[in-house]
Amino acid sequence: MTETVHPTSQNTNIAGLTRADYRGAPTTLCQGCGHNSIAAQITAACFEMNIIPENLVKFSGIGCSSKSPAYFLGRSFCFNGLHGRMPSLALGALFADKTLEAIGISGDGDTASIGFGQFKHLIRRNLPLVYIIENNGVYGLTKGQFSATAEKGLSLKRQGTNPFTPVDLAMEALISEATFVARSFAGDPKQVKQLIKAAIAHQGIAVIDIISPCVTFHNHENSFHSYSFGKTHEEPLHEISLVLAREEITVDDFERGTTKEVTMYDGSVVLLKKLENEYDPTDKWQALRTLEDAANNNWLLTGLIYVNPTAPTLFDKYNLPDTPLNRLPADKLRPSPQSLEQINQSMF
Amino acid sequence: MTKPTMIENEFCITFSTVNGSGSATANITLMRALFRMGIPVSGKNIFPSNIQGQPTWFTLRLSRKGYIARKQEDDIIVAMNPSTVGKDISCLVPGGVMLIPDDFEYVNPRDDIVVYEMPVHELVLQAEIHTAFREYIANMVYVGVLASLLKIEMEAIYNALDYHFKGNAKSIEINYKVVELAYKWAENNLTKKDRYLTSRMNGTKGCIMTDGNTAAALGSIYGGVQFVSWYPITPATSLVETLHEYLPQLRQDPETGKDTFAVVQAEDELAAIGMAIGAGWGGLRAMTSTSGPGLSLMTEYIGLAYYAEVPVVIWDVQRVGPSTGMPTRTAQGDLTMVNFISHGDTQILILIPGTINECFDFGWMAFDIAERYQTPVVVLSDLDFGMNQWMTKKFKYPDRPIDRGKVLWEMDLEKLLEKNHGEWGRYLDIDGDGIPYRTLPGNKHPKSGHFVRGTSHDEFARYTEDGITWVNNFNRIKSKIDFARESLPEPFVTLQPGAEIGIIASGSVDPAVVEARDLLNGDGIKVDYLRVRGIPFSQKVRNFIETHRITYVVEMNRDGQLLQLLTMNFPDVAYKLRKVAHMDGLPLTAKWVKKQIKSGEGR
Repeated sequence: MTETVHPTSQNTNIAGLTRADYRGAPTTLCQGCGHNSIAAQITAACFEMNIIPENLVKFSGIGCSSKSPAYFLGRSFCFNGLHGRMPSLALGALFADKTLEAIGISGDGDTASIGFGQFKHLIRRNLPLVYIIENNGVYGLTKGQFSATAEKGLSLKRQGTNPFTPVDLAMEALISEATFVARSFAGDPKQVKQLIKAAIAHQGIAVIDIISPCVTFHNHENSFHSYSFGKTHEEPLHEISLVLAREEITVDDFERGTTKEVTMYDGSVVLLKKLENEYDPTDKWQALRTLEDAANNNWLLTGLIYVNPTAPTLFDKYNLPDTPLNRLPADKLRPSPQSLEQINQSMF
Repeated sequence: MTKPTMIENEFCITFSTVNGSGSATANITLMRALFRMGIPVSGKNIFPSNIQGQPTWFTLRLSRKGYIARKQEDDIIVAMNPSTVGKDISCLVPGGVMLIPDDFEYVNPRDDIVVYEMPVHELVLQAEIHTAFREYIANMVYVGVLASLLKIEMEAIYNALDYHFKGNAKSIEINYKVVELAYKWAENNLTKKDRYLTSRMNGTKGCIMTDGNTAAALGSIYGGVQFVSWYPITPATSLVETLHEYLPQLRQDPETGKDTFAVVQAEDELAAIGMAIGAGWGGLRAMTSTSGPGLSLMTEYIGLAYYAEVPVVIWDVQRVGPSTGMPTRTAQGDLTMVNFISHGDTQILILIPGTINECFDFGWMAFDIAERYQTPVVVLSDLDFGMNQWMTKKFKYPDRPIDRGKVLWEMDLEKLLEKNHGEWGRYLDIDGDGIPYRTLPGNKHPKSGHFVRGTSHDEFARYTEDGITWVNNFNRIKSKIDFARESLPEPFVTLQPGAEIGIIASGSVDPAVVEARDLLNGDGIKVDYLRVRGIPFSQKVRNFIETHRITYVVEMNRDGQLLQLLTMNFPDVAYKLRKVAHMDGLPLTAKWVKKQIKSGEGR
């Protein structure tokens, strides 16, 4: 399941860094947890995209998912905040230096329950942030309660049967005008990595809802959030690959004519290899309908569901300097004595 | 009535109106005109939590001696609200005056007051103003009538209107026309039967007129605020609105034309504080402003900022609580809540401005303190300061450079690592003062990154559940806050020879205490005064209590919260403290304070 990230000594990327430079602390999550697999793919994606760890900042809320930023990119700054309130924290912090790449890790309890409001308002503002939800349908740290994404009819040991319909986070993101919406499955590391890379290349909020089975409390055979279900019910919309702006587009397993290209803001190209259906991820109406169909048919639909690569971000709505705000010297921050004298004069 | 002696520049006018009727322009115009005549003035707006149609009062006090506390007694009532005339009449002092529209039906049970009826409707008609403005303009009638009766200079009224309408000739003309008509009508038709007069004096030199929220906003701007996140709440809203007004003109870099700040209206207070703390962590001078209910929502994040050592400034413009309480009335009821804010052991640095100038001063100081000590700072203001107009000294430019505290950029970190055997940790106490060094996101040094969290951590910001590590780190934070104690604004102490007793107070009760001391002096009771400006308390507070026979703690809440904190901090001298606490939503009056202390002294 997890990809090995031990460096081979010659293996450096364009940034001159080895895979070891992208490693985090050893995981303390359960063995086989989907979250570990995701952490490994974030590590790999950042290595492959030549991101210098100091140029990326990590955020999380509270829960098993929110522990995981410790397990990748150990050199990067990270703020592990409050339950459901990672979005506000990330928003404030990124104003300090808008040039930073940012990844926020959240869970289904964190995002679909206590932090539902902050999730939606962050999307509305289009903060440039890769927002990953490690979605297992269960509260793990408190040992196995239903989350808001647990499917109706699910039975858990201490909770009985869930009588409520689940929150579909990809749908919620879409109707809140998210500019990048994807869904994946932790058991599909290749797709997870490609989606993370595309999300990093995206300018604006990039929501990836990753079904990440909880091996301890919620991995029942037929449950939506289990490995066995994911393996048998995953319906990829397409195969996906990201070609960085500076790389020559070489199509290996993508055949032109059967692919769709989406050019990202930074010039990178997302290549989508069509599977059975014609699918245009820039068509929001089709995206909504496809999600609805998947829910009705009990499919775990994965892939890039929607993208709008040119929408203005939060920072486009401000008149911020090129120099990060947190590097402005003190003399830029305090107006002159003369200006205060003028104010005094104006105060009647 | 006996032959009156005239009362000059020492009385109170209360304007009784319906909210939403546009009386604010008339009232503030009179206040400014009197200020221009050099007469010390203060104004209190007693208003409902409502948009339109409920009773509202504005009390304008003229004080030759410069007192600016609220006064209970009404000398002159301008009764523009038919539904409250009965109550309004009953508040008048003997010899008091009532101005009332001539078409109001009312019963006047008193023979010891003077009533002037004003032909409001007729005068407004005469002015030939578009019907849409008539209702608002009607209030200008009493401005003109009062100008005639009290000898308020018409030029000063014109200047005040000019200021209010920012030179908009049309608006000034419409309003001034009604004032003039009413003035002339009063000159020709009213015979003065009352004792009240105004006259030009020299009592406002070097002063400006403003409110505490404006002062706080400007102070924050001169303190270099870079990030503001907030959610609307009375009475804190106007603080951020003033930031919005001034930031673009004061904080745009002339070289680049770019803003050196950002303001975000959050979806709620939970997010507002999260954003501010994120920005504070990012190295921005970050703030939010709120009131009790919003602060309650912010508590969890403030606890995280305390423990993770993130600088942030929170203005709490207090109103009456708990719960929604009285949203448009003033109080000092958040003190103990702020002191112990959030779960677990915490201690928050608190600044309490006691003048409008201090709202400005603490506006900039709060950032220096928050960044120096890497901790949240709560500034406790209140509705009375925040939303009422005050006469105050001109704002003083900060007397020291901006202090960003212990921040390491790439070169700084490299030097520190060289000096400190290659060792740096986010929570490592290198200098022995409990204050660690911090790096900020965006720092490119490979050793600068770290993992900030609200969970238990060691000196290198690594997760640990080791009890000893917890204790050491947590005690260091405590020592850091203790270390800040004497760096906060020191108590403001006023002594007089022969005083055996003292008053301790804080914040907006200051004007009432200042006046009460003079009143008590007049009755032969000498009282010293210490005004607390920062918590944790300076040792000077303890000395004050120790050296007085009895100290009365005057405050605007039910339970005596300042007294509670003093008792907790100075248990061995706490027996000398006496509670003088009251909260009914209105600012304390000097007369009330005097009465409590006299009664405490058995006098």
